[in-house]
This record gives sequence, structure tokens and C-alpha cells, in this order.
Amino acid sequence: MRSRVDRYSPPVVRVVVEVMPKPEILDPQGQAIARALPGLGFTGVGAVRQGKRFEMVIEATEDEALRQAAAMAETLLANPVIEDFRVHRQG
Amino acid sequence: MPGRIGVVTFPGSLDDRDARRAVRRAGGTPVALWHAEEDLHGVDAVILPGGFSYGDYLRCGAIARFAPIMRVVVDGARDGLPVLGICNGFQILCEAHLLPGALIRNVGRRFGCVDQPLIVGNAATAWTSAYTSGQRIVVPLKNGEGCYLADERVLDELEATGRVVARYAADDEHPDPNGSARAIAGVCNPDGTVVGLMPHPEHAVEALTGPGQDGLGFFTSILGAVPGVLAGR
Repeated sequence: MRSRVDRYSPPVVRVVVEVMPKPEILDPQGQAIARALPGLGFTGVGAVRQGKRFEMVIEATEDEALRQAAAMAETLLANPVIEDFRVHRQG
Repeated sequence: MPGRIGVVTFPGSLDDRDARRAVRRAGGTPVALWHAEEDLHGVDAVILPGGFSYGDYLRCGAIARFAPIMRVVVDGARDGLPVLGICNGFQILCEAHLLPGALIRNVGRRFGCVDQPLIVGNAATAWTSAYTSGQRIVVPLKNGEGCYLADERVLDELEATGRVVARYAADDEHPDPNGSARAIAGVCNPDGTVVGLMPHPEHAVEALTGPGQDGLGFFTSILGAVPGVLAGR
């Protein structure tokens, strides 16, 4: 049975923002990882790109939470000059 | 009254003191500005110094760009206030979209620290008038994220409009330090008032503590430019 508190608390959405260097942008960190892997016995790895993942809990409806996360990504989480981002609901 | 040049201190700034000292050696009056204050205290120009503002968290300069002082710096810059961003300051200017492009991890992934020869590309900016175009100068370069990037169209435009302020002069002794596009070490806005520079002229203002005095020109330039800049505003 749902408690009173649950019933009246605002909706909470778990949102993920993934930020990756643009394909045409050099990724020295990804390259370094790719070069280290054969030494560890992982052969056959063609390319590695390194990015960032942000997980957020936002008190809003799903549409509103996704809209807010995209706005955050555009202004702060990603630099649109060098990075692309993708916003989606967690799970 | 000598020009009053503000130097912003962010949490994690390193070279604010050296920048203030360079202003003083050039004959100006340095004014310490604090990141959390939305007040330029009437300065004639602003320097964003090197360092690791906010620990370089997220991306270099990404958090500093939203500091209260940056609101007045960005507004001022759009109205003609001269701004010089050195190293981390250059990264902040790019993040604030006052300058095009971005600075990413050095191609060799190593933090480099060298006395770097540069070729001055544009000696007509508010910060470089003491030099001549094509002049070779040596100033320290010390960074981990100094690889300048912009898309080809932007790079073409920067070159065509003389907005490459300085380039790395590669030779046998000084290989390419960080992989920057077209060896760009510094760029400016269309008016030449806002300049971003990865190397550190404030560390080359006297022979005792630096490779020479080649960096002093950035600070004497702005002191010469200040009355003209103010008259034009």
C-alpha cells in the first residue's frame, strides 16, 4: 500500500547525460587507452573513445526532466565546440 | 594615473600574483579582483591568469566561466573592455565564447613545461602593440590541456583576418609542444581587445626569474592601449 508521502511527493526521474568527444575531434586519452590494451593481452581493439557520463535525479515530470537535462548539457556539461551529448532516462 | 589592470583570482588560480607583478613591472597599477564579486572596480583592462580554476573539474575553465566576476567581464568585453586570458584564462575565454575554439588535452598527453619560442602573428591587438608582426619571442609554456582546436572554417577565418596572435615556432630544439591546430598559441576577437594565449608572458618579465623579458610587451602594450581604448568606448 502506498504511503501518503509517496502519493504526494513530486515525481522523480533519473536522467543520464552522456558526453562524447565529436568524432572528428582528436581524443588523446582514448588513443592512450587503445595503445595500452594490447600490452594487457586485449588485442584486436580498433579504437577507443573516452567520454563522460552524468547521472542525475531530477524532481519533475519525465518530459520536463529530459528538457532540463538537455539545457544543462548545452550550457555546462558539454562543450558544443568539441563534444556531442545524448540525454536519456536511466533504466 | 597609470592604467589600472585587474587580475582575477579564482579558486585554484596560480599565476595571479605573477600577473600582478608583471603589470607593476610594466609601469601599471595591478588591481586584485575576486571571482565571487560581480565588480570590476573600474579597472581599464582585465587579466584572467593561469592555474587550475575549480580544480579543472568538468573541463578546464568550464566552472570558472560561470563565476560572478565573469558576468561583468563578459559584458565588459562585449563593450570593448580589453581582456587577456593566459593559459587557464584562455580556456575560460573559450568556454565563455568570447573566443572561438577550445583547448583539449595535449596530443602527447604530457604536461609540458618549456621556454617556448613563439612568432607574434598580430602586433596590432591591444595586448601586442609593443611587438612587431613576425617577431620571435621566448616565454614559458606550461600546460596539460593546451591543444587548440577549432573547425577548419573557423581556423581559415582566424588566419584570413589576422586573428592568430601567436604561433609556436617549432625547430629542432623545440618540437611541436601540444599538437595545436596550425601551431596556434593565441587568438583574439575581431576587435583585437580580447586575447587568449596559452604561453605565460607574465613569467618572462625579468632575467632573474624567467628566460628573459620577452613577455613584458604584453603588459606595456595594454598600458599604451588603455587611453585609446577608453576613448573609443
